[in-house]
Amino acid sequence: MLFIIFFFPVVLLIIFGYAINFDVKHIKIAVYDQDKSDYTRNYINGLISSDYFDLVTYVEDSDEIKGLLDEKVVQAVIVFPNDLSKKLMSKQDVKVQYLIDGVDGSTASVIQNYVNAATYAYSIRLTKEYLAVHGKNIYVPIDLQPRFWFNPELQSTKFLIPGLMGMILIVTAVISISLSIVREKERGTIEQINVSPLSSLEFILGKTIPYIFISLINATIVLAAGYVLFGIVIKGNIFLLLFATMVFLFAALGLGIFISTVADSQQVAFQAANVTSLLPSFILSGFIFPIETMPNIIQVLTNITPAKFYVVILRAILLRGAGVSAFWEQLIYLGIFGTIFITLATIIDKRSRGKN
Amino acid sequence: MKAIEVNNLTKKFGDFTAVNNINFDVKQGEIFGFLGANGAGKSTTIRMLIGVLEPTSGDAMVGGYSIMNDSEMVKRHIGYMSQKFSLYNDLTVAENIRFYAGVYGLDGKKYQERKQWVLKVANLENMENMLTSSLPGGIKQRLALGTAVIHEPKIVFLDEPTSGVDPVSRRNFWDLINDLSDAGTTVLVTTHYLDEAEFCNDIILINAGRLVAQGNAKALKTNYIKNPILEIESDRVVDSLEILEKEKWVGETSIFGNYIHVILNDDTITEKNITQLLYEQNGIKIKRIERIIPTLEDVFIHLIEKDNK
Repeated sequence: MLFIIFFFPVVLLIIFGYAINFDVKHIKIAVYDQDKSDYTRNYINGLISSDYFDLVTYVEDSDEIKGLLDEKVVQAVIVFPNDLSKKLMSKQDVKVQYLIDGVDGSTASVIQNYVNAATYAYSIRLTKEYLAVHGKNIYVPIDLQPRFWFNPELQSTKFLIPGLMGMILIVTAVISISLSIVREKERGTIEQINVSPLSSLEFILGKTIPYIFISLINATIVLAAGYVLFGIVIKGNIFLLLFATMVFLFAALGLGIFISTVADSQQVAFQAANVTSLLPSFILSGFIFPIETMPNIIQVLTNITPAKFYVVILRAILLRGAGVSAFWEQLIYLGIFGTIFITLATIIDKRSRGKN
Repeated sequence: MKAIEVNNLTKKFGDFTAVNNINFDVKQGEIFGFLGANGAGKSTTIRMLIGVLEPTSGDAMVGGYSIMNDSEMVKRHIGYMSQKFSLYNDLTVAENIRFYAGVYGLDGKKYQERKQWVLKVANLENMENMLTSSLPGGIKQRLALGTAVIHEPKIVFLDEPTSGVDPVSRRNFWDLINDLSDAGTTVLVTTHYLDEAEFCNDIILINAGRLVAQGNAKALKTNYIKNPILEIESDRVVDSLEILEKEKWVGETSIFGNYIHVILNDDTITEKNITQLLYEQNGIKIKRIERIIPTLEDVFIHLIEKDNK
């Protein structure tokens, strides 16, 4: 059990960190160059000199294109017409076709943007050369200079680690606490505890304190692994991080305790804990899928998982180094969430004592 | 001095009355047997007396504290062991003892003393590092009782402590109960083994939530069955039973292995009449026929059948 609790986060981190990578790099392309001129060669060099494109093959026949895209040998094919250099030299407009595998829509649009940018850059270069010949300079009045703050290289792992940490913590906290209490019910040892002078509060504290430590160790493992494997450093205050994590654990353990009062077997508890912690924290927390792009009704539904609020806090502390003013609302929400579930659990527990 | 006083105790679950207005007293230091079939309401009653289940109405004083108003005080002064062994199987013997000692706030010298005592009664001296799950049933049960009384409570509740245990372990376990009683502890024990009931100072029998009999074993045997009871051993047990059941003067019958017990409704019927009926009219050979003092089993079957009518 203990092995699984500690092993689980590292495995998840490795899987998510390396496998789920939204960065689109090394797009495989093929070129159908019917012109075979300096122009096309420079154009192609412009594309493949970056990390974004890898030239896989040259196509010699238009029939080959379909096969390459079908078998996913390449993700895009660029087609240069045979009169490209002729048209360029006589200053006519040229149409260059590029075919993109549109099955994965988000990758396709990324490819489109990259090709657009590369083509635009090459076009500007050709214009400059043309004007230089006539002794003139090109004048581009506005030069956009985008800078990405907090995650300059737009690494998706930076974005994922906080979400992953939230998910791992809520899953281990909710599942382990609910299982550990329900196990006592199932084995009958809780009966002996009920008969003893031990109060409910003492029992719950005794049950939760070890898991708070386990969860904190887990959080440390995830942060350490995030640093070693993906170079993520904590920008904000570490004590603020600890405090926010404790508040989040309070909410998660509240949910776990609540589940343990309604479930009578470990199987039921495990299912309930899974459905209430793993799935929402994965799908609805904004960990992978941005909440802003969800339909309104689903956006409302995302409030059921405390992980959503913790992810906001974590991103603020880890990536932006923000202070408490950036996420006090989330902290209050987590506190309310935990209080509601612990109150519900107490009421149900009191009732069941009168009943069975 | 009364250890437990039960007054009009009732527990309803919805429309179902599990315990119906029962009254009884348990004297200090005695072994009190609480008998009844499965589902008769024994465990429900015990769970109310140990303060984990609230009665619907009525009250009981346990060790001088009301279970309605002072259930936390009740819990401090009793020990409880259920049919499920409430030990942690994944802990060692010593860890289980340490845990329950901690729950009852024992430490220092007192803890060491009680730990040695528990190990002694469970025959586990020098084996305290064994995993509890690896212990045989009889030993586990003695360890469970030992830990249940680690805080030396004045009153101990044992809910079917011997179910599923072999006869030798059962006998040893009862020796342990007798030792506790000799030391002044009041023991309330539920069982459906009637031979165990014979070890009890006082007995109550409940059926369908109602109290149907109380007294010591001897009083129960003589007070509740006034009619003569005959034990008959014949070569065709089932046939004999069927023939006798047709007679008006036969009250109740029951089979005990290769003989039957018959409770007569009519004092004038003698062994002779029965011999005549079975042998001369039906050709059944009678090996033995004699008038006996009823066993507890006779009494309980009689009382429960009467109650169910």
